[in-house]
Amino acid sequence: MAKPKVAFFDFASCEGCQLSAIDLAPEQMLDLLNVVDIVEFREAISEKAAKYDIALIEGSITRDCDVPRLQDIRNRSKVLVAFGACAHTGGINALKNFQKKEDYQKAVYPTDPLKYETTVTRAISEVVQVDAFIPGCPINTMEFVRIVKNLVLGKRPDIPDYSVCVECKKNENICVYEKGMHCLGPVIRAGCDAKCPSNGGYCYGCRGTVTKPNLHAQKDVMQKYNLTFDQMTDQFKLFLQRNREVFKNAG
Amino acid sequence: MPDNVKIDVHHITRVEGHGNIKVDVKNGELVECRLEIVEAPRFFEAMIKGRTYKEASLITSRICGICSAGHVLASLAATEDAFNIKISEQEKLLRCLLNTGQHFESHVLHIYFLAIPDFVGAKSVLPLVNTHKDVVVQAIKLKKLGHEIGDMIGGRLIHPTATNVKAMTMVPEPGVLEEIIVRLEDAKQELKSSIPLLKSLKLPDYERETEYISLYKKGEYTFLEGDIYSSDSGEISRKDYLDVTNEYLCDHSTAKRTKHKRESYMVGALARFNNNSQWLSPDAKQTAVDLGLKAPCYNSYLNTVAQFVELVHLADEGIKAASALLNKDVKLEDDSFPLKAGQGVGAVEVPRGILFHDYTYDDKGILQRSNCIIPTGQNFQNIENDFRKLVPEIIDKSQDEIRLLLEMMVRAYDPCISCSAHILDIEFINSRSTTV
Ligand code: SF4
Ligand code: SF4
Ligand code: SF4
Repeated sequence: MAKPKVAFFDFASCEGCQLSAIDLAPEQMLDLLNVVDIVEFREAISEKAAKYDIALIEGSITRDCDVPRLQDIRNRSKVLVAFGACAHTGGINALKNFQKKEDYQKAVYPTDPLKYETTVTRAISEVVQVDAFIPGCPINTMEFVRIVKNLVLGKRPDIPDYSVCVECKKNENICVYEKGMHCLGPVIRAGCDAKCPSNGGYCYGCRGTVTKPNLHAQKDVMQKYNLTFDQMTDQFKLFLQRNREVFKNAG
Repeated sequence: MPDNVKIDVHHITRVEGHGNIKVDVKNGELVECRLEIVEAPRFFEAMIKGRTYKEASLITSRICGICSAGHVLASLAATEDAFNIKISEQEKLLRCLLNTGQHFESHVLHIYFLAIPDFVGAKSVLPLVNTHKDVVVQAIKLKKLGHEIGDMIGGRLIHPTATNVKAMTMVPEPGVLEEIIVRLEDAKQELKSSIPLLKSLKLPDYERETEYISLYKKGEYTFLEGDIYSSDSGEISRKDYLDVTNEYLCDHSTAKRTKHKRESYMVGALARFNNNSQWLSPDAKQTAVDLGLKAPCYNSYLNTVAQFVELVHLADEGIKAASALLNKDVKLEDDSFPLKAGQGVGAVEVPRGILFHDYTYDDKGILQRSNCIIPTGQNFQNIENDFRKLVPEIIDKSQDEIRLLLEMMVRAYDPCISCSAHILDIEFINSRSTTV
């Protein structure tokens, strides 16, 4: 049987997810190459193929001119994966959506604000059908390998659907709320081993929310620690501007 | 020279980001020669407006996956400058390690994965898995070491989680520092074993003197501290970076370009080497001698060789920093400081050259205004000027050779276009023959 053809494509992104995907030990990398055929990876390869079994899309859509390219990839792919936060939730790129277009254009290109085309930042699923996602900013390398293997075997991707707090407690961290900071852990999807709170920071939601985020519980936590819900919504702005659930209930 | 040659490379491959090359020769005259940047702009400077000092580096880190640690370090330096914060010796050493990690990751990726395939006539590193397996395995290990240092010190391979204004929120255990030392010592041996391979690569013969700009601190091959240095005009205060960069927009690019004393200048490993090579570590100096790299070097293709020399230096620096930390009682440090309104400039050397972040805060620590000038943007015009000199010199070669030499030139600069705005599929259209 021919190996499944896997291709990487990027739109508005920092390319950090592609970099993270190839951050494998030599054995792991050769092992992955035994299972799949990487046919398109502009960053590392100069060849191009016509059809893909798995297309990994990095980045968000921020220009109308990128839509036909994405649709074309969709048409040529069996399974299309939103790869990383930019693609999955709109990621950091959607932070600009809180500002007026004229304002951000003027702030960055004061002399010629209309020079470059730009639209509201959208997640990939807002433009084409997405079959699977790999969360995180950046994605987690081992989770990426696991999900690609799942997809190759035709299985559902195996991604946690409980909150970052679960992993955080397992790591025996002192909750950052106790230190007077706030954290999105209660509603954010685990799988990063509670990276940020475990390293002395707080969760800012890069992996997106769990399927059914309990925003009321989050509200209660905030109240208990004398923090306002607005402070939390403000935090949601960084990676979750496209999340209708959050911004509908937030008001 | 053929009368009419048209080269049109759409989306250059094996570079970070999207860009196109266009070359047009009509009636024996070069009428057009340019590098187009077609990356979608992401408006970072606007996005961080209204966010707090704590979030500035977290957001700007996402400008670029490959130099994320560099953006964080420049961002922190700008914020600290604005609030008049002096960082501790421990913090300096930790940042030095983070810097070694990011350069390892980036330089190794560029040298072995993106540049070397050109020299051995491969389309990518993948076919080399069969022909040069030991080199590929070595490269993967060296690159991964960069990410691992990023993880051990910064908390994550890219987009660090432990970096923070004034003091990191996580400090390494002695065991981690010991491991870093051992791994960097190993890496030096591995690099040494690559010297014959590097020497065997036939780099194109080409020279064009230009202005070289880098960070400068007397007595040090500096990456994180100091002022600006121009090979044309000498030292310039970091605060006056705008006098150096003079950004302007050009019609065919979503990235801003810069110029200083001449039409263009070069930043990156070769610029640093040309300005600061006297302060390389002894082993790095020896590596430069072994590879025949001598300052000043005017062959832009040799930027890749300068990167290799820097790897040896950075391994030495990393070993020094980790040893110094081992001799200290490393502990979490206080990260509090009084807020005040102010402006600050951070200038650091990232793999592709000097990077500036400039922030203005209000007295609550909310960002009012920011400016980020990335190295690749500073290099674009210089690449185009190299094209202008190079194309007439190679115009008698076959179209495939011309295409390759142009792509190699772009790749030598290791452009990271995603930072700014992406590069090369070359398509040649010769009006007298058919499309190649
Ligand atoms: S999700 Fe984060 S790491 Fe991945 S491409 Fe987007 S900004 Fe970069
Ligand atoms: S620090 Fe954050 S993730 Fe950890 S328990 Fe507290 S709220 Fe949850
Ligand atoms: S803790 Fe939160 S912000 Fe940090 S990696 Fe995990 S999901 Fe992302």
